[in-house]
Amino acid sequence: MTSETLPDSGTIRDRNSDKSALVKAGLKRRYAAERRFRAYGVAGILFGLGCILLLFYTIGSNAIPAFTQTMLRLDITLDPQDIDPDAISTANYRKIVRQPVRALFPEVTSRRDKRALAAMLSPGAAYAVRQMVIDDPSLIGKRISILVPLSDDIDQLNKGAIKASSDETERRVSNKQIAWFERLQDFGLVETVFNTTLFTAGDSREPELAGIWGAVVGSFFTMIVTLALAFPIGVASAVYLEEFAPKNKWTQVIEVNINNLAAVPSIVFGLLGLAVYINFFGLPRSAPLVGGMVLALMTLPTIIIAGRAALKAVPPSIRDAARGLGASPLQVTTHHVLPLAMPGILTGTIIGMAQALGETAPLLMIGMVAFIVDIPGGVTDPATVMPVQIYLWSDAPERAFVERTSAAIAVLLGFLILMNTLAVFLRKKFERKW
Amino acid sequence: MSLSLILGTLSILTAIGFYMGRSRALVSADGDSHRLHSRPHYYGYYVAIWCGLPSIMFFGLWLAFEPNIVTSLLIDSLPAAQQQLGDAELGLLLNDIRNLARGDVTSREAGPELMAAAGYYNSLLQTSKLVLAAIAATLAVAGITFARTRIVPEMRARNFVEKVTMAALVVCSTIAILTTIGIVISLLFESIRFFQKVSPIDFLFGLEWSPQTALRKDQVGATGLFGAVPLLAGTMFISLIAMCVAAPVGLLAAIYMSEYASPRVRAWVKPALEILAGIPTVVYGFFAALTVAPFLRGTGADLGVDISSESALAAGAVMGIMIIPFVSSLSDDVIRAVPQSLREGSYGLGATQSETIKQVIIPAALPGIVGSLLLAVSRAIGETMIVVMAAGLAAKLTINPFEAVTTVTVQIVTLLVGDQEFDSAKTLAAFALGLMLFCVTLVLNVIALTVVNKYREQYD
Amino acid sequence: MQAANTVLIEEAEPATHTNAPPKVSARDVCVYYGDKQALFDVDLDIHAHQVTALIGPSGCGKSTFLRCLNRMNDTIDICRVEGRIVIDDEDIYARHVDVVHLRARVGMVFQKPNPFPKSIYDNVAYGPRIHGLASGKDELDDIVETSLRRAGLWDEVKDRAAEPGTGLSGGQQQRLCIARAIAVQPEVILMDEPCSALDPIATARIEELIDELREQFTIVIVTHSMQQAARVSQKTAFFHLGVLVEEGDTEQIFTTPKDDRTQAYITGRIG
Repeated sequence: MTSETLPDSGTIRDRNSDKSALVKAGLKRRYAAERRFRAYGVAGILFGLGCILLLFYTIGSNAIPAFTQTMLRLDITLDPQDIDPDAISTANYRKIVRQPVRALFPEVTSRRDKRALAAMLSPGAAYAVRQMVIDDPSLIGKRISILVPLSDDIDQLNKGAIKASSDETERRVSNKQIAWFERLQDFGLVETVFNTTLFTAGDSREPELAGIWGAVVGSFFTMIVTLALAFPIGVASAVYLEEFAPKNKWTQVIEVNINNLAAVPSIVFGLLGLAVYINFFGLPRSAPLVGGMVLALMTLPTIIIAGRAALKAVPPSIRDAARGLGASPLQVTTHHVLPLAMPGILTGTIIGMAQALGETAPLLMIGMVAFIVDIPGGVTDPATVMPVQIYLWSDAPERAFVERTSAAIAVLLGFLILMNTLAVFLRKKFERKW
Repeated sequence: MSLSLILGTLSILTAIGFYMGRSRALVSADGDSHRLHSRPHYYGYYVAIWCGLPSIMFFGLWLAFEPNIVTSLLIDSLPAAQQQLGDAELGLLLNDIRNLARGDVTSREAGPELMAAAGYYNSLLQTSKLVLAAIAATLAVAGITFARTRIVPEMRARNFVEKVTMAALVVCSTIAILTTIGIVISLLFESIRFFQKVSPIDFLFGLEWSPQTALRKDQVGATGLFGAVPLLAGTMFISLIAMCVAAPVGLLAAIYMSEYASPRVRAWVKPALEILAGIPTVVYGFFAALTVAPFLRGTGADLGVDISSESALAAGAVMGIMIIPFVSSLSDDVIRAVPQSLREGSYGLGATQSETIKQVIIPAALPGIVGSLLLAVSRAIGETMIVVMAAGLAAKLTINPFEAVTTVTVQIVTLLVGDQEFDSAKTLAAFALGLMLFCVTLVLNVIALTVVNKYREQYD
Repeated sequence: MQAANTVLIEEAEPATHTNAPPKVSARDVCVYYGDKQALFDVDLDIHAHQVTALIGPSGCGKSTFLRCLNRMNDTIDICRVEGRIVIDDEDIYARHVDVVHLRARVGMVFQKPNPFPKSIYDNVAYGPRIHGLASGKDELDDIVETSLRRAGLWDEVKDRAAEPGTGLSGGQQQRLCIARAIAVQPEVILMDEPCSALDPIATARIEELIDELREQFTIVIVTHSMQQAARVSQKTAFFHLGVLVEEGDTEQIFTTPKDDRTQAYITGRIG
């Protein structure tokens, strides 16, 4: 066999140069393929990063207008005839705020036009005056100057989202209203101010009166409940499974179970909450308490998995050293292992909480989608949370809600970025190589 | 008496118990802590446990069962005629009584009967709170008294405390199991009730989905149609579109990050891509509905294609963007787990980098990559908000990506959000869908995790 | 005893080749990993159709030097090579030299058998395929068969060439890797401790194979076993702490080393 298959050394040299030529001939094509492949990889990454940028740009550019609000400066005479000092809160403030506007446009006489003119004011204008009078009844009989919100359509017109040049039938503001608005601007009565309502008010049907504060507080209460439940239980589970549990079938079942739980769709947790917490235990719907309990179950696997990884990273030598000094197993864990693993556990917890903060679907199941105007005062008050508020607003037909939705998203993303930065910071600061 | 007041009192009692236990231990040892079996604070914990544990557990149990007990007492007090009402109407009536008791608006005229019921309800709640406070406080005080008498220097307080702590750890670690059991039981239970109304065959193989039960019994189609096939098909279709975006982008990114990128580039790009996984899904839903869908519709109109504003394409594409990091991060890990020796073997033969990747690395990493893709599919199937906001409601069997389809999760949300009547097939159907969703994703996850683990072992 | 036999035959041979120009010649080769210098001014000639063994204690730089010969060090980012390495009058670190082409000429066999997770056939066919060496299926079959025969593996695997290469035994896997390397018909084959993961019987089989391959290829082998170096090589180079201490005919190195360190190493005092 050898003598047949092995060519003598002369042909080897020929075959070598042959081969060399063959290899060289293919090189150009192969390097082109190499460059193409690399380019695909870069394209993949750029696509991903591009999506992030586009997303942030869309949200950002839509959100910016929401931070300002178009207001009208009104001089109002609080006539004691209109406001009965004994029934301040029930006076007809709508009429009171409309009068000075009508006075500016004496030529408007027809009923329809008068109504259209009044519609340029937000219902919030009357509330603002009412609040002012309730706060200080001595104002009655005096002349006051107050900034009141204009309706969302006028606000959109002022910000350019509704264009005066477009066809009248296609916009929500009539030509007459545009003309009046321009007159108001000429009078110097229109002011664009920072939109404090957005950050201090609860939800409202009127975009110009709607704010995210109610949702922020709701989210806060929900997160408190989630943290109070998920953190101790998660850490305890992680400690037990990593430090004390015998390695048997049962602990294996728990492990597999936790891994699978981490991948169960969030909406299923919502169904669990609806069936168990609300229907079985009769807990109140729409309450941060129930929302927090549902989210705690969702966050638990994240905390347990992160906690176990952090505990595993503590070297056995620490445990041996403590044991050698006569510490009981629980003392070894609580005095030495757990403190060393805490930064890792906290990082995992923060990431879990960030996920919970952005979660929407399970909260829809337990009724946190209700339209709630009041700012919740406790964990059992009806409330909504930021992502659900975003969902609700995104469904609203008014153009002005689009920018408010974006602003709410920007605030939510701000919180998430803050939390994740904190997690990264913790990891970097306490990262330790054993 | 407010609940937080009761809880606060219990906490204070527990703290008092701790100090009493500790000082008692020191007294019993004549102030010489070395004569004690355990360090003094363990005796404090000992008393605190006896004081706090029973009373707070009682507190929790009472709260858990109070609403049901109070409600049944309330129903018993109602006139017989109202007790005979159907579940739905009775529920409405109870709701009104509760609202009235709280001083909120009610859906009906508040007659004297209703007022009386509301008053009775309020007094029940009041009594309940008082009884709770009394029993819990008694338990706490009894605990302290009992535990204090047990303290002698020889008592092994530390061992007791550690045993209780250990038991608490065990209980905590079973919560994860209980959650799973809770999910399975609640889904199964409600699903069985659903299948008593609608045959499972119709549900699993029916081609029509229109759960709108009629308001009056005599209307046409009063029962609604519950064929889940169009929903499943829609879910799979949108997931497929999502994977068409996520799989190539995610894999290419993973390959570039693990094989080409310098450590510095990698350290920036990997977390940057993972931002995509950290953005709440409701934001993607908004993005899909606000930007992507109108863009596709506009492009379609320019090209003369009619694209629905709730097209499967828009929802699927945005969902695909969301799951890019699920594919890229896991695949990146998997590719990096391929032993360096295989790369060197290939380079040693004169292969270029891309040849090595395509012909050696990818085949070697294939099981792991398949696992990561399966996990991503399971994500896509269970994803809710994007489809709720960007996909349609009408159940349609189609393979046209420009049309609107609906998904299992969208239907669960539509069935359960808003006013619901319990026991109606419509509400229960949501749980049957949930069960189906849970099973499908569970199977996918188990397969994926097994594949990935097997793969990891192979190269360990 | 087979090995002893081999050594006997080889004793006569080295003289016939030493006068021809060297196949590979290294001059002033320095290698740095980041700031750390791993090799110091190595000068070494490697002659065609001989087996050159690189020996030395672990960490002495012998593998580093070997990996310079087909520029495998290029895959390590922080690694920097200085000096000249010439193969057949061509400086392989010159700008115009293509690594892919170079590696097709200088093949490599690694310490741990590393068959690709593919069939036995595809493992061997991998090199010829990527380089486009076979013009058709028949020719590829031919190359695979010839390579497997030369690696002495054909009879064991001819009926299961479609099975995965990872299913073979360790020794078979290593011979498969050798078959894979020679399927590209390189001029030089570098072997980095090819027997360190194998049992003695498999080792003997590979050593025999190395001796047969010498007919056609130039072989450089890194080994930590002095006995192995004595059995298979005609030339030996001894490395210590990144320095080439001594090189020469194997017999001379092992019987009358000139340097004390070599003496100390082969008698087991350092290493």
